[in-house]
Amino acid sequence: MVPSHTDIAGFYDRLQQQVIAARASKSPLFIQGANSKQFYGGECEGDIVDMRPCRGIIHYDPTELVITAYAGTTIEEVERTLAEQGQMLPFEPPRFSKETTLGGAVAAGLSGPRRPYTGSVRDFVLGMKCLTGQGEILKFGGEVMKNVAGYDVSRLMTGAMGTLGILLEISLKVLPRPEYELALCKDLPLADSIRYMNTWGGKLLCISGATCDAVEVHLRLSGKQVAVEKALEGLEMHEDPAGLDYWRRLRDHQLGFFSLAAGESLWRISVPANRPMLAINGEWLIDWGGAQRWLKTTESASQIRALAQSLTGHATLFRSTGDRNETFHPLPGVIKRLHLQLKDAFDPDHILNRGRMYPDF
Amino acid sequence: MSSIIHEFLKFLPQEAVITGEESLRVYECDALSAYRELPACVVLPETVEQIQEILRICHQAGVPVVARGAGTGLSGGALPVADGVVLSLAKLNRILEIDPDLRLARVQPGVRNLSVSDAAAAYGLFYAPDPSSQVACTIGGNIAENSGGVHCLKYGLTVHNVMGLKVITIAGELIQIGGEALDSAGYDLLALMTGSEGMLGVVVEATLKLLPRPVHQQMLLAAFASVEEAGNGVADIIAAGVIPAGLEMMDNPGVRAVEAYVHAGYPTDAAAILLCELDGVPEEVAVESKQVIEILKNAGATEVRLARNKQEGERFWAGRKAAFPAVGRIAADYYCMDGTIPRKHIARVLQRITELSEEYELGVVNVFHAGDGNLHPLILYDVAIPGELERAEEFGGRILETCVEVGGTITGEHGVGIEKINQMCVQFKTEELTQFHAVKEAFDPQGLLNPGKAVPTLRRCAEYGAMHVHGGKLPFPDLERF
Ligand SMILES: Cc1cc2nc3c(=O)[nH]c(=O)nc-3n(C[C@H](O)[C@H](O)[C@H](O)COP(=O)(O)OP(=O)(O)OC[C@H]3O[C@@H](n4cnc5c(N)ncnc54)[C@H](O)[C@@H]3O)c2cc1C
Repeated sequence: MVPSHTDIAGFYDRLQQQVIAARASKSPLFIQGANSKQFYGGECEGDIVDMRPCRGIIHYDPTELVITAYAGTTIEEVERTLAEQGQMLPFEPPRFSKETTLGGAVAAGLSGPRRPYTGSVRDFVLGMKCLTGQGEILKFGGEVMKNVAGYDVSRLMTGAMGTLGILLEISLKVLPRPEYELALCKDLPLADSIRYMNTWGGKLLCISGATCDAVEVHLRLSGKQVAVEKALEGLEMHEDPAGLDYWRRLRDHQLGFFSLAAGESLWRISVPANRPMLAINGEWLIDWGGAQRWLKTTESASQIRALAQSLTGHATLFRSTGDRNETFHPLPGVIKRLHLQLKDAFDPDHILNRGRMYPDF
Repeated sequence: MSSIIHEFLKFLPQEAVITGEESLRVYECDALSAYRELPACVVLPETVEQIQEILRICHQAGVPVVARGAGTGLSGGALPVADGVVLSLAKLNRILEIDPDLRLARVQPGVRNLSVSDAAAAYGLFYAPDPSSQVACTIGGNIAENSGGVHCLKYGLTVHNVMGLKVITIAGELIQIGGEALDSAGYDLLALMTGSEGMLGVVVEATLKLLPRPVHQQMLLAAFASVEEAGNGVADIIAAGVIPAGLEMMDNPGVRAVEAYVHAGYPTDAAAILLCELDGVPEEVAVESKQVIEILKNAGATEVRLARNKQEGERFWAGRKAAFPAVGRIAADYYCMDGTIPRKHIARVLQRITELSEEYELGVVNVFHAGDGNLHPLILYDVAIPGELERAEEFGGRILETCVEVGGTITGEHGVGIEKINQMCVQFKTEELTQFHAVKEAFDPQGLLNPGKAVPTLRRCAEYGAMHVHGGKLPFPDLERF
């Protein structure tokens, strides 16, 4: 159900007035889709901006491989629409609830298991319309595959947690769904699994997921059936009894691993894929062929961050029952200054999602 | 100015600081040679520390700096600023590391694009973005322009294949953006830097993604009796769920020019041809080839040729790769445009280009990345004939504006530079341009890095807009507009 043109124009008008008023009183706004990621990032205060009325698909032409939708459209609707034409969002955004919206997915910039093989959210963002903290509705990028006119503001907005602008309309590149997919697994100790995933990741073009936990390694293969069957030959793995559903549950954090005991936190540690195990107590689930490591632990943030950094990576406090003030890895000096200056360039009064990404903006 | 040259000479050898007019001429333009300017000096540092020092000095003195790779840019991006400094990265030309395990290459900015794939070949890997200029252009230039190539339909543009950068700010600070992990904390500065035309910082090192070489490739050539059918063929392939490694189109004037030059065996009576490359494991390529042949025939192809072997496949490609020099033989000069449009409008826009070609009385050849909808009309002119260059430029501007009208963009991969600065006023409104300037200021408050490029001043747009109201015809065609 797409809202009419006047509905949207009215919605944009009210939103713009709200931003201008918030700016005048320097009071923060808390932008929300379905709020399915309320656990993620610093706590936000301020008047709630509910994006869900801004909902529906604006353009979709399968032969262009492009879809444009309002930010409040659910991911479920976007993916269903694409699936009807045999296409998909290649970055496999997680759905932490059924109502997860496109705007939230792009603002959070989270990608699913397919990410190392096909690309991340920002790799597929082609353009967007957004409302800045100055109360202006601006359009960047477009609906074409290649576009270098102006700075790449739409990719900058991706993963910025709504701190640079309120996303209104988003254009994404999409891809055909693979003709055939297969879920595989085998028993392997964790340290061996990291090597296994790295070795095969460099050899097979049809891998679309590689993950492991303490006991098993899982691979997903996608592509033409002949290519997948060919790839199977060297792998010595068996078909996963859980089937492709394992990958959906991994994407949406529904595997048993993701439930936290009291006092535990879930960390997301991003490191170069071939790095060995980090010496931290806790339970691990390693995704993205080794590049994205989930850790359930009670260890301190400073210890985890120091170790991640020693491997040239970074650590995000993804879910926690305690303090959420420092969710994201602290930024080094000059980079931090550039962040603040960019924030000032888009939202000079720091009204948009204040504190959601970093405590100082 | 003489005082900063004096400062440079404190840590750079004499031969790394060029000031003589004769030697400066080499740097007066990039591959868009209609625009020329002599800088005050050119510096050729060899180390990151020297670059930091150069930028610190320029920053302090308020002197503009233009970074330069190989100077193959087609939009005047590396055009010097009068009284400014050109910072050549040519001597930073080492491949620092190939990591076959992580499939990464760490390179200096002056490394030539092709040499990355050459160095990676020993490990069965390659660097995907492959601009036609790849023997000459540098990684630093590729990053600044977000360059593409014939294989980016499947393997992505530069932005999809760069993992990390070391950048020096105008104040001389060295920063690390991204790295060997798949993401980093904070805003996506990596995406912002890519395609920023040397306006935000100077890239001094890049970590590039390498891909496993596909084991098998298959080339196809299809001939069509109309451009429209060829355009439909492109859409049909994609609709069927096939993403070819490359999908290129050439119109009849292009086919004839190329055939006369390299004898690739192209059908010279075709209104348009498509070149399609499929890759993967042999079994998969065989299935896809069958599928694509079927699709092309249904789309109305008068002939579909499947390359019988590697040599024949290379011959199909050779024609495409020689297209620019081939056009160079049939015209005294040509002007290469770079708009991108939704694929469904290919036929319509090519038709419009034909009409404009008649209006401006200048020939035009189309050879382009059809799979991405990235057009490269080559406008033929002769600079020796008074008025032809100006007509070619105006014709080009009209083509770009047509691209914007159908929902496209004024530049797919060559950048705005100085060339398309007026068309930026057509594609973006005042508030958007103001936002771009604010982004620039966040990095370079004094506006010293590559000033005057990529984003027009609002005053310039006001003037261009005023010129524009008179029915598309410029009121004073003989006045200099730049
Ligand atoms: C025959 C021919 C074919 C071409 N084919 C293609 C093609 O298929 N696809 C395509 O995309 N392009 C193509 N181009 C355009 C051109 O080759 C690319 O834009 C290329 O990336 C420019 O690289 P360069 O090293 O020559 O950069 P230059 O021309 O020297 O500079 C280009 C821009 O990059 C900036 N820059 C350079 N180095 C740095 C650095 N280290 N840090 C910051 N900024 C820097 C400069 O300031 C300038 O703005 C072609 C050009 C020619 C002449």
